[in-house]
Amino acid sequence: MTLQAPGFWPPTGPEIVFLLLGVVALGSALLVVTTRQLVHAALWLVVCFGALAGGYLVLTAEFVAWVQVLIYVGAVVVLLLFGIMLTRAPIGRSADLDSGNRWAAALVALATAAVLVTVVVSGFRTAYAPLDPGQGAAKPLGSSIFRTWVLPFEALSVLLLAALVGAIVLSRTDIQGRK
Amino acid sequence: MHIVYPVVVSALLFSIGVYGVLARRNAILVLMSVELMLNAVNLNLVAFDVWLRDRLHGGQVLTLFVIVIAAAEVGLGLAIVLAVFRNRKTIDVDRLRDLSEDLTEADPEEVRP
Repeated sequence: MTLQAPGFWPPTGPEIVFLLLGVVALGSALLVVTTRQLVHAALWLVVCFGALAGGYLVLTAEFVAWVQVLIYVGAVVVLLLFGIMLTRAPIGRSADLDSGNRWAAALVALATAAVLVTVVVSGFRTAYAPLDPGQGAAKPLGSSIFRTWVLPFEALSVLLLAALVGAIVLSRTDIQGRK
Repeated sequence: MHIVYPVVVSALLFSIGVYGVLARRNAILVLMSVELMLNAVNLNLVAFDVWLRDRLHGGQVLTLFVIVIAAAEVGLGLAIVLAVFRNRKTIDVDRLRDLSEDLTEADPEEVRP
């Protein structure tokens, strides 16, 4: 795992690409939580998830990257946009998207960031992983899902079915409770 | 690839998600911030899977499972948000105070001894 880690300078090509994608993801995530327009928040979320998918590609996890694009960008954001539409949210600017405890929230978030960054930098400063492509392709990942992890996979499919049936029951108005 | 880069990016993304959950008022924006936090966890899982070279690909498989659970969570969460909107005509999380113990803001008709 950690044999002899090369120095941090000069950064290699994949590291530069990953850091640029990370900057894009962090900046668009900041815009998601600070923008004053609800629809723009959902669209910035698309940018953030796309940049993260690029980061997965750089980390050689290509199947996870495509699943991220399919499910997050394709399904979850569309679902969130449907939610925005169905709750008749104002399309333009709205002033009251932030609650009153914004400064306390910023303080808590800064404290969380400080603690996490300090801990992970001191813990993983010397960790180094050489990237060789093909580690996260569909074939090795699929064979390990359907051999080793097949029981959690099936349990998860039942969970997804139950959650979606529950969502349908919750959102229909013509289903009455038991008398 | 130094593992500290993805791990630091994911720590910062998680803190941004924490800020969004705490500071936003609209319930759908809170759900979006929860998605940001789940994505930070996913980035961590992928980075550690690449670092540890797990032969069973536990990290990446768990990432796929987290993505599926996030999809189920956002579907169910939006159904709950829509049900709240149907009943209350608002989805501002700090106006849904029915379970609050603060009696000064409650309707005096409803205060029971």
